[in-house]
Amino acid sequence: MNGFFIGAGLALLVMMIPLFYRMNAGPTALDRIVALNMIGTKTAVLLVFVGTIFPGDQIGMFVDFALAYGLLNFMGSLAAARYFHRSRAAAGEVDVESEAEEPKP
Amino acid sequence: MTWIINIASIALILAGLVFFFGAVVGMLRFPDVYTRMHAAGKGDTLSGLLVVSGFALYHLGQVDWGHFVWADLLVVIKLLAICAFIMLTSPAATHALMDAGYEDGIEPLLGEDGDALNRHRNEGRHAPQPSGRKP
Repeated sequence: MNGFFIGAGLALLVMMIPLFYRMNAGPTALDRIVALNMIGTKTAVLLVFVGTIFPGDQIGMFVDFALAYGLLNFMGSLAAARYFHRSRAAAGEVDVESEAEEPKP
Repeated sequence: MTWIINIASIALILAGLVFFFGAVVGMLRFPDVYTRMHAAGKGDTLSGLLVVSGFALYHLGQVDWGHFVWADLLVVIKLLAICAFIMLTSPAATHALMDAGYEDGIEPLLGEDGDALNRHRNEGRHAPQPSGRKP
């Protein structure tokens, strides 16, 4: 049973690598955020894998970690959504830093 | 009796991996931000749900009912809480991000029906508002 958990966790880890490509090369900022959100959710799942195969029956501790990690991930996504709402920065067409330096009319 | 629970949890975890693989392929190959978010929101939610519920079933099978302690059952309850949490938060986060992108002016790939969401949002107004779209 431990062998299956290790194999499945490694498969999950390998399938997270293409999401890093999308996070690096996504045309808009929302692609990057959604890829990061997926990676965060799967990291919370991966913590459950690690807690199950961890020696010494520590699963109670790792489940708490997974719950807190999922909560922080959700908060991060909501904060990014609030920031990009009507800010015109998500399409990748507006350079945020240069626009901030312009004087307001 | 334990092996039945183990086989069921293995099936759930493998189904979760299959759905996550589908979500990753959609994330790589879909042509548009909104379609990629569609793949991410659905496949990610379902795969997380299946894998964590498979672990809940496995740890329910590990509970020693002869020497019952509440800490063993509490792990199962927390895993089910993670399930409910993923089911609530992941679609909500995807919806918030998609709405932010639409209000931000990212153009969706449109079919012959046109921009139905823009028509729906401007319904009932006398003058159609630009609603944050690009001029």
